[in-house]
Amino acid sequence: MTTRRKENLAADAAPSPAATGKPKFAMYWAASCGGCDIAVLNIHEGILDVDANFDVVFWPVAMDAKYKDVEAMDDGAITLCLFNGAIRNSEGEEMAHLMRRKSQVLVAFGSCACEGCIPGLANLYSRQALLETAFSTLTTDNLRAIRPQPSFAVPEGELHIPYLYETVKTLDQVVPVDYYMPGCPPESKQIAAVVGLVIQALKGEAQLPPPGSVLGVGDSTVCDECARKRSEKVIQQFRRMATYQPNQEECLLEQGILCSGLATRSGCGALCPAANMPCIGCYGPAPGVIDQGARMMSAISSVIDAKTPGEIRQILDGIVDPAGTFYRFSLAHSLLHRARVASREG
Amino acid sequence: MAGNNGFEPVIIGFTCNWCSYRAADMAGMARVKYAPNVRLIRMMCSGRLDPQFVLKALAEGADGVLVSGCHPGDCHYLEQNYKTIRRFEMLKKTLAAMGVEDARVKLVWASAAEGMILAEEIDKLVAEIKALGPLGWKRMAWAPEALAIAGGDHDN
Amino acid sequence: MNDDVRIGVYVCHCGSNIAGTVDVESVARWAQDSLPGVVVGRDYKFMCSSLGQELIEKDVKELGLTRVVVAACSPHLHEATFRDACRRAGLNPFLFEMASIREQVSWVTSDKSIATEKAKALVSGAVRRSAHLEPLEPFVVDINPNVLVVGGGIAGIQATLEIADGGSHVYLVEREPSIGGHMAQLDKTFPTLDCSACILTPKMFTAGQHRNVTLLAWSEVEKVEGFIGNFTVTIRKRARKVQTDICTGCGVCEEKCPKKVIDDVFEAGLGYRKAIYRPFPQAVPKYPVIDVENCTYFQRGTCKACEKFCPTGAIDFKQEDEIIKVEVGNIILATGYDLFDCGRIPQYGYGRLANVFTSMEFERLANAAGPTGGKVVLRDGITTPQSVGIVHCVGSRDRNYNKYCSSICCMQSLKFAHIVKERTGARVYNFYIDIRTPAKAYDEFYQHVVEEGIIFVRGKVAEVTDAARMTGEDGKLIIQVEDTLVGKQRRIPVDMVVLSAGLEPRGDAKETAKTFGISCSMDGWFIERHPKLDPVATMTDGIFIAGACQGPKDIPAAVSQGAAAGARVMGLINQQHVSLEPVRASVNADQCSGCRICNNLCPFNAIAFLEDRAVSEINPALCQGCGTCVAACPAGAIAGAHYSNDQIMSQIEGLLMLDLKQPAPVPA
Repeated sequence: MTTRRKENLAADAAPSPAATGKPKFAMYWAASCGGCDIAVLNIHEGILDVDANFDVVFWPVAMDAKYKDVEAMDDGAITLCLFNGAIRNSEGEEMAHLMRRKSQVLVAFGSCACEGCIPGLANLYSRQALLETAFSTLTTDNLRAIRPQPSFAVPEGELHIPYLYETVKTLDQVVPVDYYMPGCPPESKQIAAVVGLVIQALKGEAQLPPPGSVLGVGDSTVCDECARKRSEKVIQQFRRMATYQPNQEECLLEQGILCSGLATRSGCGALCPAANMPCIGCYGPAPGVIDQGARMMSAISSVIDAKTPGEIRQILDGIVDPAGTFYRFSLAHSLLHRARVASREG
Repeated sequence: MAGNNGFEPVIIGFTCNWCSYRAADMAGMARVKYAPNVRLIRMMCSGRLDPQFVLKALAEGADGVLVSGCHPGDCHYLEQNYKTIRRFEMLKKTLAAMGVEDARVKLVWASAAEGMILAEEIDKLVAEIKALGPLGWKRMAWAPEALAIAGGDHDN
Repeated sequence: MNDDVRIGVYVCHCGSNIAGTVDVESVARWAQDSLPGVVVGRDYKFMCSSLGQELIEKDVKELGLTRVVVAACSPHLHEATFRDACRRAGLNPFLFEMASIREQVSWVTSDKSIATEKAKALVSGAVRRSAHLEPLEPFVVDINPNVLVVGGGIAGIQATLEIADGGSHVYLVEREPSIGGHMAQLDKTFPTLDCSACILTPKMFTAGQHRNVTLLAWSEVEKVEGFIGNFTVTIRKRARKVQTDICTGCGVCEEKCPKKVIDDVFEAGLGYRKAIYRPFPQAVPKYPVIDVENCTYFQRGTCKACEKFCPTGAIDFKQEDEIIKVEVGNIILATGYDLFDCGRIPQYGYGRLANVFTSMEFERLANAAGPTGGKVVLRDGITTPQSVGIVHCVGSRDRNYNKYCSSICCMQSLKFAHIVKERTGARVYNFYIDIRTPAKAYDEFYQHVVEEGIIFVRGKVAEVTDAARMTGEDGKLIIQVEDTLVGKQRRIPVDMVVLSAGLEPRGDAKETAKTFGISCSMDGWFIERHPKLDPVATMTDGIFIAGACQGPKDIPAAVSQGAAAGARVMGLINQQHVSLEPVRASVNADQCSGCRICNNLCPFNAIAFLEDRAVSEINPALCQGCGTCVAACPAGAIAGAHYSNDQIMSQIEGLLMLDLKQPAPVPA
């Protein structure tokens, strides 16, 4: 992306009351890595279609608009908002509510907004444990054990920063969501397709699917797109990528590698198994499934080649981090939502 | 509950149509009195037990879960209860990682003739969960965050 | 919840069985007021009565109910009753749900308010589940009138004759060269002391000759595919090395064969047979078989005496096994029992002390056609014993071996006592725990044996030894036993000991069960559908069991079960079709990714992988509805009829009293 391109967008995005008449587009990042925004930019020349068909009014990674600019807009003024990132703190929650109010179509964009994704794994810990890890590790010089404070008095007045929540929430656990686009990030091909569909819908040439639908995905799971050869599954041992080189031809699970493809929504093209890496589940659960981790647990354990608890446990010892493996992307959206920690008792 | 101000756990029990559900019937026919805390669901086979049922029960208010079926080797559908054992072990491992105490989710085999045994196991399970206290998962997982802004929480 | 869901809740008093503990009126009222979708909640004294059922039928018609919930006894008692009532009222019977508030609440809970709360929770669960129920239609299949009977012992023969006489065709498969089973080995049968072979062989002959019977002896079932009414069975017809269409059964081959082999099957190791042999003279079919392991020609390439002497040239050394496939509608398993191996009890000395015999060895001794011509003699074949000890319960009623009672050994031991007494006049001791003689004329037989002067010692024999310690014990077998009626340890010297060995399931019973898709109990016997009310059916439709394979029993009981299984099968054949329960799984091919996790989860082989479409598919006729694949599918692509995720998840919510129209009352 050239500097020139960025300038153009910035120029377009300065909201003027005398609008160009084009529908408004916004993209916001809550607790995210920025990958979803890059994925959107990665649609290459497709971004020109976005530019041509929308007024980009708010996109923190790409332009310098302020929150107050959004607050000043009419409710529903933004036609399409792609909201990525999980709700990690009070700022994220505030922005979720704001973007919901100001947008006609709010899309939970990317795994963080849809399922919680990697930030969601923090739900295995307490807030205290998170702060300890960030601010008191061996490599941090923090002799006075300073922790971020939501408010702090300075001579100039009270300073406020957002409050770090104990539990990560997904976008739809905070505000009603119109569509979901899962993926970490969603594949740029899929993004381009969805953007194209939205543009056509705006022109009245196509219909958007019913609200609540998942966009940019296939109807099945990653196995549907994976070229590897599959047989009946009999697991005698679990292997880890660090110590075992699987072959390219056979199903990874049959080789003992924990591949989440069988419980993960299709749409990405099974890119990771094609690169001899197991699917880690970033496209979320299969259609109609509530808890992705439960499906993984059930499927994989059902085909373990053992009949007594002792033998089964021995084979399961090969799974060192069940919560992290099965709920790597979906913990915040799972039935249990978060792990139990002492600080949350009583 | 008359005369009892203590905590009474609510436990969801999954039984199979051929063995453990009939064991519960048998306990009833024998008028065996046992703890009333377990509310049973009848499935055709313990092999139908989907881990998401256990997770749902715990997430929505149950203090514990009982899983029960035919003895290994006696499954009406020949060998499906072996799959139950496999899923159960997998589930326990994950529940431990999620902070659910081991004693809250229990697997008990009971043939159709073992009504007394099922009743005893239920009494044992209820006593163990009583001692652990309420699970209160919904409250724990969805507690509103303390939005400590002005003048609030300095103690992180 | 959509407007389609209109639920009627009926809470039964069951006289005072439920109403005595649960406040049924308040439960019914509460259901109507608090549970979503419930339009009427009623209580009634006896819901299963015709008036109770009419209550339901009336409401379905007049209130337009689309779901019915009855809170009463166990569904195992009356689910069918109420499903029928719904059907009569025009409501699909699978839109009915039952909550058990008798067996699970009123009968097991003392405190009335606690019981009432539990009843409400169970009703709430049932109501929430019912909202997600779908109408289902039963699955109808045709019944092929042919029948397979596996096992040619007395139970299998009886079943065969019932069906063949009834006009249907039977394939009778028997693993040994002849039918007859263990009964053919016996000398006399209790209590009548009929000669076993005399009463058995006419039936064997009829079965072998019957125009409606295809006898496949020296054969084994290898594979069973299909489902009730439509089984395809693969049978290996082993090569006898004799062409049965030419063989006249003259027996010259057997006479001329120079190779003698110890017969450890029919003669229980006490006698010999030849390498080409018929197990016994009255064998059906009458054709001999060559024991390839012991035949000089097959082992060394020489001899061929049988071929030389056969008058019709029926010997065919090159004959191969034949694999045949038959189509049948029903299968009866009558595979019998194995005898407990007395060598497992070293302190009884079987196998080490020459004159310790098993029950089957004694039967062969006593048999007039046996190795000693019916003379009761010691292992040397000559000496008549002066004293005989008969030990009951060997390997039975024993925590170390088999806990169960083998049913026939007491009568058998009394029979032995009588035979020994009659033929040798020896002193006979019976060592017993209890005398079990329950059936017709059995106890009279026992009394008769007592009067013959048999000495009964109540005690479990501790040891049979030849280590003499006291005078009179040299050269004898000493039975060490606690005589519990006098409270003394006794050492009783005898010449011969007969061990009444218990009955055990066949060594390969588990494999057999797997082949046919049925299960075995913890002890290894085939499991019946109901131990009291349905002893010949199994949980697998179309597969029946009869005789000792279901559990130890005597000949009259085996014959009864054989006849019963035959009658059940004839009933099915008469109906020509059968309705199968529609509770089964199905794969949504669009959602299936072809991951193949489900493929090896089905013991009924109902799941197939379609290579061309790369999806898995379930054969609804083979599916038994267990739901294991439904739970395993990682894509959620398998639906389980009548036990769907929605139904169970909402039942969980209901049991936890969530989403009530009014909050659940706080318990007092």
